Amino acid sequence: MKKFITVLLISIFSQVLAFAGSDGTLEIGKKTNEQNDTVKDCFEPVNRGIFAFNQGLDKIFFKPVAKGYRYLPKPIRSGTSNAVSNLSNVVTIPNNILQGQFKEAAVNTLRFSINSTLGIAGIFDVASYYGLNKLDKEDYGQTLGTWGVNEGCYFILPVLGPTTIRDTIGSIVNFSGGDAWYNVTVANNTKYFENSDYYYSRLTSGVDFRAKNLEAFESLEKNSLDLYASVRSLYLQDRKRKILNLNETTETMNDDDWEEIDTQ
Amino acid sequence: MIKIKLISFLFLISLLINPLEAKEPSALITEIVNEASIILSSSDPVESKIIKLNNIAERNVDIDGIGMYTLGKYRKSLNEDQKLKYKKLFKSYFLKSFSSRLVDYSDPKISIISKKKLNDKYTIVNTLLEATSKNPEIKIDWRIYTKNPDRPLIRDLIVEGLSLARTQKEEFKSILQNNDDDIKYLFKSLEEFIIK
Repeated sequence: MKKFITVLLISIFSQVLAFAGSDGTLEIGKKTNEQNDTVKDCFEPVNRGIFAFNQGLDKIFFKPVAKGYRYLPKPIRSGTSNAVSNLSNVVTIPNNILQGQFKEAAVNTLRFSINSTLGIAGIFDVASYYGLNKLDKEDYGQTLGTWGVNEGCYFILPVLGPTTIRDTIGSIVNFSGGDAWYNVTVANNTKYFENSDYYYSRLTSGVDFRAKNLEAFESLEKNSLDLYASVRSLYLQDRKRKILNLNETTETMNDDDWEEIDTQ
Repeated sequence: MIKIKLISFLFLISLLINPLEAKEPSALITEIVNEASIILSSSDPVESKIIKLNNIAERNVDIDGIGMYTLGKYRKSLNEDQKLKYKKLFKSYFLKSFSSRLVDYSDPKISIISKKKLNDKYTIVNTLLEATSKNPEIKIDWRIYTKNPDRPLIRDLIVEGLSLARTQKEEFKSILQNNDDDIKYLFKSLEEFIIK
């Protein structure tokens, strides 16, 4: 399995380098607010093929599993969701620091410590009772974005779904020592954890996400004229919002096109 | 004295005939949500609910404006006949899509959190859709077009920071780009959606 992952990563990395070299969009230190709304879908026909494959996989595996997961009692589902969310702190905390969010890093460190111990491996969100509310997740792709790295080409990975060159590089950082959970389960042999712990946690995280969004995905599928384009738009909008770390809608919207439309 | 009485009388009559009070954007949302909630929680057949929901949309949503926005740069290259056809198709598409998204909710509970006036033309109303046993809490922001303050209209819904109008626009753009920028293909896609 480890070999398979290594080969997969090398192939992704070589693709990334090829993409980065081909369109020259991976520039550091330019605009940070990404006003340019043009989508760089460099290999759209291939992406659409992989998207269709992922849709098929979703239909035969993820969707039925997510539906089954929904039948579990709510305390089990929320406990699972809390535990995988708690684990994500090991990536969020270093990224808080890299983005200069020291207060958030301190809050997340406290949350992780309290929930991992008193909260029994993160199953119970005890930290919230102490007034340490859950904050947004951060990852290396977002950090690169805040440092001014443009998103580069958009593409779809088999099984894993939508990404960009910048986000893929961010994921590679995870596998190169940036994710403490990956380090103690897969990268290093420790007597406390198995490789499978990492893959189970990732799979559970995926199923939990899918279960929370069953209706939203169904509605999107039912109402889209071009589902691929809708998913691409939603993914890129979501990443942009997360990188800008904005809660206010008004700051994420480009009003230029609305200005021309006068119906009153 | 008679003159003063007459002027006062005329003034009162004019107020009754033409209520000039502008409608608050947040009041508009409250009104729509309450109206939709009554419809969705009723025991009416689905078809009847859809008709009533569509009436709300036609009164309170700037469907033509959203249609033009979602067309992006292509709206400039359309002739008058094509514009008319597009408006008609978009309206049918929008209403079908709108009602089918909403009709699955039995009794949505939405509370208004805050509002922010961007300029004379736009106000954003921030709301929260309460969590259910199936779905988590969802933040929904409404972009209200207030150029005519007496008749504010909804122009966009931003769900957890994701703009539905923008997603629609990029979807239409993709259809056109993959079909030699020919508007006929967009018309065909819209027609197929409407009749399915």
